[in-house]
Amino acid sequence: MGLHGGQFKTMQIPIDTFHLDNGLFVTLSEDHTAPIVAVNLWYHVGSANEKPGRTGFAHLFEHMLFQGSAHVGSNEHFELIQRAGGTLNGSTWLERTNYFETVPSNELALALWLEADRMGELLPAMTQEKLDTQRDVVKNERRWSVDNQPYGTMLEKLQELVFPASHPFQHSLIGSMEDLSAASLDDVAQFFSTYYTPDNAVLSIAGDFDGTEARWLVSEYFGPIPKGRGKPALPPMSLPSVFGKQLREVVHDDVSLPRLFMAFRSPVLGSERYYAASVASAVLGLRKGSRLHRSLVRERQVAADASAFTLDLAKGADLLVVDVTARPETGTAQLEEEVEREIDLLHRDGVTEPEVKRAISLIETDLIASLQSAGDRADRLSMFATYFNRPELINEQADRYREVTAQQVNDLVSEQFGEDNRASLLYVPKEGIEAEGIMAAAVSTG
Amino acid sequence: MVTSLRPKSGPTRRYHFPEFHDEVLSSGIRLLTAPVKKLPIATILVIVDAGSVAEQRGKEGIASLTAAGLLEGTNRFNGAELAEKFEQLGTSLESGADWDSAFVRITVLSDKLEEATRLLGEVISSPVFPEREVERLKAERLAEILQLESEPRGLADEKFSEFLYSPESRYSRPDEGSTESVSALSREDVEDFYRSTYRSGGTTVIVAGDVTPERTRSLVADAFQKWPTGSRKEAQLTTAPRTKARKIHIVHKPDAPQSELRVGHVGLPRRHPDFFPTLVMNAVLGGLFGSRINLNLREAHGYTYGASSYYDWRRGAGPFVVSTAVQSEVTAPALTEILLEIDRIRSDKISDEELTLARDYLEGVFPIRYESTAAIAAALATLVIHTLPADYYDAYRKNIHSVSAEAVLAAANAHLHPLELQTVVVGDAKTIQGTLAEPKFGELLVHNG
Repeated sequence: MGLHGGQFKTMQIPIDTFHLDNGLFVTLSEDHTAPIVAVNLWYHVGSANEKPGRTGFAHLFEHMLFQGSAHVGSNEHFELIQRAGGTLNGSTWLERTNYFETVPSNELALALWLEADRMGELLPAMTQEKLDTQRDVVKNERRWSVDNQPYGTMLEKLQELVFPASHPFQHSLIGSMEDLSAASLDDVAQFFSTYYTPDNAVLSIAGDFDGTEARWLVSEYFGPIPKGRGKPALPPMSLPSVFGKQLREVVHDDVSLPRLFMAFRSPVLGSERYYAASVASAVLGLRKGSRLHRSLVRERQVAADASAFTLDLAKGADLLVVDVTARPETGTAQLEEEVEREIDLLHRDGVTEPEVKRAISLIETDLIASLQSAGDRADRLSMFATYFNRPELINEQADRYREVTAQQVNDLVSEQFGEDNRASLLYVPKEGIEAEGIMAAAVSTG
Repeated sequence: MVTSLRPKSGPTRRYHFPEFHDEVLSSGIRLLTAPVKKLPIATILVIVDAGSVAEQRGKEGIASLTAAGLLEGTNRFNGAELAEKFEQLGTSLESGADWDSAFVRITVLSDKLEEATRLLGEVISSPVFPEREVERLKAERLAEILQLESEPRGLADEKFSEFLYSPESRYSRPDEGSTESVSALSREDVEDFYRSTYRSGGTTVIVAGDVTPERTRSLVADAFQKWPTGSRKEAQLTTAPRTKARKIHIVHKPDAPQSELRVGHVGLPRRHPDFFPTLVMNAVLGGLFGSRINLNLREAHGYTYGASSYYDWRRGAGPFVVSTAVQSEVTAPALTEILLEIDRIRSDKISDEELTLARDYLEGVFPIRYESTAAIAAALATLVIHTLPADYYDAYRKNIHSVSAEAVLAAANAHLHPLELQTVVVGDAKTIQGTLAEPKFGELLVHNG
């Protein structure tokens, strides 16, 4: 299976998989071109799994995982990995939480042991003081990335606008200040025992390692961790294929330029139609040769920037988002009209063969470029294993995209870009923020 | 239960930065090729000695505008056609300028390399800079400047530079130009800047990836046939500070829930002989997650999501800066802690644990930095821009390893200047002004955001 100092054959990376008795799904991908190895864990839990009144908890919990475990001191996880010459982090999303480190390959055992210790025995290290500090850190993260950042509320406002009230994707990922304040050590214990279990996780290892040794290390460190008792099922996730009406929200905010996020309900990641949707999004808004950039930025000069992307949700329904920032002289009404006109045009006339070819060529290069990094390979393996139980999908992506035809994109466009499937989130600069008295001149008190 | 026995490190496996070939083509262009055999992909990075420091006073922004303008058309194709041609090849041409150089870059599958390189050569050798597109690019930059006014992080960085450097220094003004300077630029200015700086003596082509030196040599020689010889005139750069007295500037942002903080002074040029001890010193002070400043502000106090410090390494003396965003109510105590940490690293030797953490991290992480062809090309560009020796990357880890705690203390004393610290706070003056009016923070000045 291993690949020794050579080139990835026909851009297929080698994949080996196994399960431990406790349910941990392990994927391995060897590559010996550099002496580094990536360890990546996906837990199949995200903000969608949060209880009412505990928005932001999955992410706060992610912070707690860096606060030590039975045999690891507070902040020691970071220190040990950095001392080993490695990089590390974690991130939380609607559907999953991931933890990852890339280390020199002679430190694989350390990275695995650290992950096993916190999966097995987190709770002995948890204290009220640590929770209080991380709560403050996360509140500051919210202030920094959401409240004090222009358009920073985009994701939570979009979620609220496009998902029904009872849907698990409807509430904020970073959470409200009130809910963060309410989180307790009991919540930590309960969340840990429910979701941080080997049978709710995928472990991926990519890079320079010996397969036999890696299997042995994984069994040794993760083997003793007991299987979970199962997690509560998510409420029904499925949604109609379109919104069924036009949705719209206007946000008056501390921003300099109007910016329109127009979202479309779209087929979930991994589905047959997902690839057509992804190509449609690239035709519309990937790079400067895309439709929106060419038309709105270059030709009509009404926008300062234009792009489009998919959120890549794997359950219920995905969202395709068009993102256009106005030029200073473009009014908000005009911005909306211009974008709608482009979408109407697309919906009416569809896409051309060259547009589809351009999009697929760009996506293909990006897919191959992303295989360069051991961390990215491990993360994609974990993703395909977590969502679809099929890590080998990583090797099928380029073909799946190459097979997409203009006809498929046009079918997708006619179904998803109609007036019954548009949600507009429009940011408008607050009118004239009044100058305050203290500003008039520089005040010296020194 | 998981074993309590901590694993020991295995034997270290060898790593070498990719070997590269360095040559000067008959056109005068320097060519660096780093063959990397892993995936059928390559990055081509062209760097030209045409960065913002080459700009004349009043023409700030011309370096960026020129680099962006390259993509807007040649004798044969207009800008839209160029974008289409590159993107049909599965790549996008990116261009820009920073302080020291301008760059043009693509990453492309190797079976498209010939076609993409020829097109890239055409773009950079025969741009026509259409008036309409130059005006559009200016308008886009003006929109970006407007955006900055409501974006606390960028605003703090910009104001920090302004308050740090003497008004005569190019570094005191935004690298991509201000509303005033950009508005005044013309198509002729772009043409003039291009003619005077984009020349073979200041141009290096770097190719990293699935290539051989023979292949890149003939490709680049072909693609850059029409490249004028000569170099630009050396510009004078002053990096004098605006003041030597400690000062604190509040840039008022009404109702801001956080204060964006920048604390620092003029740092060191990249080619300074104390580069390595200073790098290790900064790693301990604020360069790592486990650094003193981050552990103090984030993990001990919960004041912030993160705090760090860095030296911005440029050809001239770039800034040394501590950067964080804290909850408005704790602005003064957070600033007090930052000042304490700067004093502390100057007064006592760092511990062995701190020294080895910083060194081991910098040595160990080295191969992880060069996984992609784009990262390898960027590393080679650093060699060229700062005229570092060819064995720089081979010697890097040895140089880090030889830094001692004494050398760190000496670097802290020589290159941190507590009395000259300038502080910029982008935040709500009404909430924070009272607590910041203390002599230890320096003379307090309040500005309208």
